[in-house]
This record gives sequence, C-alpha cells and structure tokens, in this order.
Amino acid sequence: MGAMTVAIDADVCVIGGGLAGMTSAIAAAEAGASVRLLSHKKSTLRQASGLIDLLGYTPAGEIVADPFDAMATLPDHHLYQRIGEQAVHDGFDLFDAVVGESYSGDHTAANALVPTYGGRIKPTARYPTMTAAGLASDRSPVLFVGFERLTAFDAPYVSASLSSDGMPAPTRGVTISAPGSHRPDTRLHRLVHALDVNESVSTSTGSQPIRDALARRIEPHLESAQRVGLPALLGLENAPDVRRDLERLLGVDVFELPMGPPSIPGQRLEHQYLDALDDAGVFRTTGNPVVAFDADAGRIQRVYIDRNGSRVPYTASQFVLATGGLVGKGLASDRTALSEPVFGCHVPHPADRAEWYGDDPHTDQPFARFGVAVDRSLKPCDDSETPEYDNLRAAGGVLGGTDVTMELSASGRSLASGVRAGRLAGERSN
Amino acid sequence: MSDTDDTSSFDPVTVFEPTEQDLRSGSDDCYKCSTCDSVCPVAAVDSSFPGPKFQGPEQWRLTRKEDTEIDDSIMGCSNCMRCDGACPSSVPLSQMHNTARGAYVEQQRFASDAVAALRSGAFRRAASIVRDGVADFRERIRNRLLANYYTAGRFASKLPRVANAATNFGPTRWLLERVLGITSERSFPSFATQTFREWWADRGGSHVENPDKRVAYFHGCYANYNTPAVGKAMVRVFESFEYEVLVPQQRCSGTPMFANGRLDDAKRHAETNVESLAEAIADGAAVIASCTSCSMALREEYPELFDIDDIDAVSEHTYESLEYLRHNEDLDAVLSESSGDAEEYVYHAPCHARNQGLERQAVELFSSVDGVTIEDVGDSCSGISGTYGWKTEKYDNSMAIGDPMFTEMEAAAGEQGMTECPTCAMQMSHGTGYSITHPLELLADILTDDPSASSDR
Ligand SMILES: Cc1cc2nc3c(=O)[nH]c(=O)nc-3n(C[C@H](O)[C@H](O)[C@H](O)COP(=O)(O)OP(=O)(O)OC[C@H]3O[C@@H](n4cnc5c(N)ncnc54)[C@H](O)[C@@H]3O)c2cc1C
Ligand code: SF4
Ligand code: SF4
Repeated sequence: MGAMTVAIDADVCVIGGGLAGMTSAIAAAEAGASVRLLSHKKSTLRQASGLIDLLGYTPAGEIVADPFDAMATLPDHHLYQRIGEQAVHDGFDLFDAVVGESYSGDHTAANALVPTYGGRIKPTARYPTMTAAGLASDRSPVLFVGFERLTAFDAPYVSASLSSDGMPAPTRGVTISAPGSHRPDTRLHRLVHALDVNESVSTSTGSQPIRDALARRIEPHLESAQRVGLPALLGLENAPDVRRDLERLLGVDVFELPMGPPSIPGQRLEHQYLDALDDAGVFRTTGNPVVAFDADAGRIQRVYIDRNGSRVPYTASQFVLATGGLVGKGLASDRTALSEPVFGCHVPHPADRAEWYGDDPHTDQPFARFGVAVDRSLKPCDDSETPEYDNLRAAGGVLGGTDVTMELSASGRSLASGVRAGRLAGERSN
Repeated sequence: MSDTDDTSSFDPVTVFEPTEQDLRSGSDDCYKCSTCDSVCPVAAVDSSFPGPKFQGPEQWRLTRKEDTEIDDSIMGCSNCMRCDGACPSSVPLSQMHNTARGAYVEQQRFASDAVAALRSGAFRRAASIVRDGVADFRERIRNRLLANYYTAGRFASKLPRVANAATNFGPTRWLLERVLGITSERSFPSFATQTFREWWADRGGSHVENPDKRVAYFHGCYANYNTPAVGKAMVRVFESFEYEVLVPQQRCSGTPMFANGRLDDAKRHAETNVESLAEAIADGAAVIASCTSCSMALREEYPELFDIDDIDAVSEHTYESLEYLRHNEDLDAVLSESSGDAEEYVYHAPCHARNQGLERQAVELFSSVDGVTIEDVGDSCSGISGTYGWKTEKYDNSMAIGDPMFTEMEAAAGEQGMTECPTCAMQMSHGTGYSITHPLELLADILTDDPSASSDR
C-alpha cells in the first residue's frame, strides 16, 4: 500500500538542474540515450548573472586575455587539465548552439571585458547580445542610467568606479525616475513585464507606450553619449525588441549591465535551456530532491526522490551527479566535516577546520576548492583514487579542485564537465 | 454507500498556529535573493502587490512587533505557490502566506474589538472600528462565499437545473457583481444532474474486490458536483487495473479556504477528511485525488497548518491519481503499446501540479500513445488560481496573467485543451473557447474500450 514500486526508467539519469546538469542531459541525449533530469529546485540560472566565464584569472591572480593560452599553464590537478581542452571546446559549442544569436563572444577565443552593475570590469567568454554594446574595450562615450529606488544600481557610482577600474571611454551616470507608477525596487518584475509587453503608462503629456516614455526621460541627459547603459531589466521574452525600440528612439546604442539576483538575463538563459532540453527529448522531473539510492556490485541501481515523506524510484544504467556546490546544496557541511549528501562520495578536506580557511580572505581559500574528487572520466573516487561506482559521473559545482570564484571559471567548469560526463554516460548506456 | 450528507456540526476550533519557531527559522533562511519575486505572476501585473518576499519572511518579521497588523496586500496573493517551488533556500513561503492570511481575516473580525473598546469606554474607537469593519464587510462575505464552494455545491446539486439557470441568469449575475463583487465576466460552472457520489451509490460502489490493491478516491467538490465524468473515468481506469476503489466520506480539501484566509473553516473540513481517509489507509488503501490542488492540500498544506491525529499518515499516503498508477503499474509500457483517437491536445500544467513535481507527467505519458499528440503550453500561470479570478477587482489581473497561456494555446496545433485543475480548465476555456478535458478521461478512453463502460460516463 502506498509503496511506489514501479520505477521510471531511462538510459541516463542526471541529478541536478543547474547549468552542469542541463548540459549533461542534452549531451547524453545527443549521444542517443533516453534521459531523465531530476532536480530539486528550479534551475539556479535565474539567479546567475548570465555571463559565461571560462577563465578570467590565473590561479596566481593575473587577468587572462586568452583562456585557451592560459589553460596550458594550469596545474595538473586543475579540472581543465584533467579533462582536456577539447572538453572545454565541446562545452562551449553546446552552449553556443543552445543560445544562438542571443549571446556574443564566440567569434574570438579571447575574453571580453564586460562592465558589471557593481562598477567592475569582468573578463568573460560569452555575454548576452543585450550587453554587447557595453564592452569596456570600446572607447565611445557612455551614459549610464539608473532608476530612483533601484539601489542595487547606482549609475553615478558605476560610472566613476568603471573609470577608475580602467574603462577608457568617457562615462557619465544619471538617475531618473522610472516611467509610470512602477517602483523598480520590490516591483522590479512589474517594470520588466511592462517593458516586455510595452504597456501604456500615463505621463504628464498623456498616456504613451512605456518604451517611448522611458526614451523620453533619458533623452535630455544624452549630450554627447553614443551608448546608453541600463540595468538588465529590459524585458524578458521580447528583450531584443525593447532594445531595438530604445535605440531607434534615442539614436544611440543601448546595452544592459548584468545584475545580481534576481537576474533577468539569467531567466532568459533558463528559458533557452529549457527549450533545448525539450528539443533534445529530455524528460524532466522538478520539485523533489533525490534522497536515497540502491547500489549493487559497485553500480548504482536506482535513486529515490522524496515526495513529502514517500519515496519514488527512478532507474537508469548511467547516472550523473550535478547537484552543485555548497550553495546549490550539492555539498553539505557541518561543524566538523564536509560531505556529498546524495551518494556519500568522498570529499577530500583537512580534518582540522582551522585549515579550511586561508589567512587572507582575498586570496587562496582552501574551502573554495572543496568538492568531490574525480578521475579523468569524471567518476567520483574514494580516498585511494578508485571510482566509487562504475556508472556514476559528476559535473559542475559539486567537483572539487578549483576555486572558480577567484579564477572566474564557474560556468566553464559546468559546461566542460557537463558535456563530458553527459556524453560518456550517453555512450556507455547504449 | 451514499454519504453525501454533511456530518453533524463540529465544535468551533481555534486554529493551530504553526509554532513561532517553525516560521522563525524559515524566515532566517531567506537570503533576500528575490527569486520568489521573479516567479510571482501577481507581482508581474499588479503594481500594488509587493511580492512573496515581502508577504513571507519580511511581513513575518515585521508582525513580530506589537501593533503591526498584517498588510492588506496579503489578500492580493492568489496562493498559486509558485514562490515556494522557486526559493533556493526552501523558505516555507506559502505556509507563511496562509498563516498571515488567516491572521488577517481574524484581524478583520471587528466585533469583538469594538465591544472591548466600548467596555473600556473608548466610544470613538469603537465607532471607527465598526465603520472600517462595515467597509470590509462585503469583501468578507464574498470571500467567505467563494471559500465555501463545498456548501454552495451541496445546495446547488440538490436542484442542479434550477441552480444552473439561476447562477447564470443575467439579473442574478448583476446582483452578484454589484452586491458581492463576483465578476459577471465569467459563466458559472454548471452543476451535474447526478453527482459523482450519487452515481457511485447507484452503481452499487466498487465492482472489484481486492484487499491487495485498494485506492481511496478523494474527489473533492468539483469532480463530485460539476465534472463527475472525471471521477467515473478514474473508476474505469483503476478498475481496469483490478483496483478496488473506496469512496470515503469527505468534505472540501480546504484549497479555496486557505486562499481566502478561512483557516478555521478549512480545519473543520480537514478533520473529517483526515479521520475518514486515515481509516481507509488503515484498510490498506492509498489516497488518490484527481484535482492537483486537492492532492496538494492533503499532502503539503495539511501538515504545515494543522495538528490533527493521523495527519502525517494522510499526507504520506496521498498521491495524484496518475502519479500513483504510474508508480504501481507499468503504465509507461502499457501506453507505449496503446493507441488513441487521433486528437491534438494542448496541455497546461496547473501551478499546484508544478509544485508537486508533476508538471510534465501528462505530456510524458500521452506522447508515447499512438495517434495522440500533446503539446505543453509552457510554464505560465493560468491566472485564475481558484477563487482569485472570480473577484471583480482581480478579474483584469487574472486575465493579464493568463494572457501568455491563451497566446500559447492558440499558437499550438491542437484545439482540445487538457489540464488536471478544474479552475485552470475554466480559465482555459474562458480565454480560448476550447473544450477542456482531464488526463484521466483520455486515459480511460485509451485503456478501456468496453462499450458498456460508456454508460458510466
Ligand atoms: C548568484 C549566482 C551568480 C552567478 N554568476 C555567474 C557568473 O557571473 N559567471 C559564471 O560563469 N557563472 C556564474 N554562476 C554560476 C553558474 O550559474 C552555475 O551556478 C555554476 O556553473 C554551477 O552549476 P551547477 O549546475 O554545477 O550547480 P547549481 O547551479 O548549484 O545547480 C545545482 C542543482 O542541483 C539541484 N540539486 C541539489 N541537490 C539535489 C538533490 N539532492 N536532488 C535533486 N536535485 C538537487 C539544485 O536544486 C540545483 O538545481 C552564478 C551562480 C549564482 C548562483
Ligand atoms: S526566494 Fe527564498 S531566499 Fe530568495 S528572497 Fe525569496 S524567500 Fe528569500
Ligand atoms: S503564492 Fe503565488 S501569488 Fe502568492 S506570493 Fe507566491 S507566487 Fe505570488
């Protein structure tokens, strides 16, 4: 009674619906496997900036111009070294196919320098086309426009800070009030939606479409600016139209600066990935965590998701673990130890907690490198470097060995390991 | 086996408050990422609605201070529960909303405050309490009426033809709109001439006896009073797999009551449901529901909001009907060898199915059936959210939220709609004019071609 006994079967089961898991699932499906993607929460892409970093800084802290050149100098234990440059290319090829024209950066191997809402310049490998006109390498004058009450984006501060961070273009920043009655603080999404559908708003000169009203408020501040940078809230589905309309009305280039969570570019990217999963025929189950598994003779047989207390089984011949790091809850830590909670994979870390943290918070932080240790085919290994299970691979933030926050390589790690783990799982399952 | 009659009245109960501690740690878990705000369909169209982050963790913290009352905007939340599923930190948002809504409705009960003010000699204050209270009165009565669809359905189904004529009669609708604020833009659902329970009793109950395979059907209000065809399809499907179906005594699942802050009503109904379903579970049955909001209420909201004996057992043994079948029979294999009438379906996943992780189930199951095509219209909310879209002041928001779904439905190839949720079905048909079916109805057609069964429909 009530025991859910019939498992849902697929060739490959991917656990975790972030960038790494979605990439693995698509790669496995492209290798000919039937694929089930199990994810506890909605994808974390909707929180991410939407920038796709490959390698921004070397482990020594030097800014990277060409990530592929720099890769050769990475230490042997670095993920990119372990799985090889080809995996990185394959990961970015898959990404480029998913996003099509909505992203830029694939024309060159070099990093682009993208200004962020915090007023910093960030080296990144792919950036939304909505952001393309804002590159720091361009010298044409910029006007940054912020909104009253949207405190996360302070345009005069961003302008000053980018100049001192070395942006060569002349910059200015102004703060205007958002058209209509939309207060872009708690109701950011209301403004995004209004721009998306070009709602009409009432202004002092009567009612008009919100895109027109916005352009009208920006225009008096333009002066000699040839580019206008706004926080990334220019619509969701119709974002390219919003930008095109503003450019037409203002007669200059318009671009977005990627924002922190909740991130609109992240949401756009999430939509594209979900469509790509559907196109690849991946089956998705979202909303419940994987909490247990059965293994036999060194192979995972089945995993169970928790449905308010009852357990629902899923079987597959190959499994990919892509549950993320400490933030995604793919790694768990308590006062004394770190663990990987789904399969209990070995997570190397010093027994003494004092050694988890470096002395200088801005440099090397051992705990940032904690994660599951894998062999070259991405199988998690125990402390004697033997694979824990023959049919389990891991990808993305759950992997240890690299401090992705410091070297700006989070998405690159997910794409490269995701495509490799997914493809191997797909091929082995046939 | 007819026990459609209401059970005798229950003692009024005080609502169980989730403990301070439960919600405090939930509130502390919020790291203000605003992901919840980014998925809220109401916040996207309603400038006056501050969004789930405010309604949940922030309001909870604010109202810890004495004299801080729950903000009126809590009644703008449609209880779609999308915010719940989106929060990366598992903050119990809808539990917080439900609790706040309950407290807000309590706070609106002005009479006792007025009397207290009078007693203490504060005549002005008493008068102002009464004045404010009367202004809210209409909304309270309307919400109470909508929340208690169970009672309305029970009366209407005694004289279904009269009820159908009366509820959609112009002057009645005008009155409902003017006096109570129930929109006249929508047509009321029609009441079946025979309720599911009447049909079940006529039929002599279950045609299968099987102590090893038993399910207890929670039909809820809608499949009983309005769409008994869904319940009959459920019986055909489960009997075709040799299940013994039980139809225990039951009242409203509570969904419309939670959404209108009527937690005490909901608890009264929950007590009957838990008692009789727990009995069925003790007899070896699993509880199945055909409405995804009902299964959501029994599984998730009950244990979050109430403390009733056996409530955890009921929560753990309740499933959506297809979900249960799929995990107990090799339904995927059966369906991939079946064929159905060539028909193109456009499917919308109700928010409450999404919240249970079931949003892809119907599409997955039916796309393997020969002849059937089914297209998912994407992840937008239908906008009706049960009683929300019935309120005059919410009607325009409701249609604005539903707009992307209508557009997707029209762009899809098929013109036969499908969804598990009865109010989503109303909205789908209201926005597009399509007829809407339940996955169980299609499944029954595919699995059981017994012509005698059609008399069951
Ligand atoms: C706020 C933020 C900003 C970011 N900004 C950038 C940036 O500027 N540049 C960049 O390159 N990258 C950025 N990223 C990183 C990037 O988006 C990915 O998060 C990163 O690549 C890690 O991806 P992942 O798929 O391994 O893990 P995650 O993205 O953490 O996803 C893990 C998934 O696994 C699921 N999960 C966990 N446990 C279970 C379980 N038991 N059962 C089922 N499912 C489970 C989770 O629900 C989640 O969906 C950012 C991320 C965040 C959160
Ligand atoms: S999604 Fe969760 S953590 Fe983020 S703001 Fe909302 S409640 Fe807080
Ligand atoms: S339940 Fe729905 S309407 Fe209410 S706050 Fe959450 S997302 Fe918004």
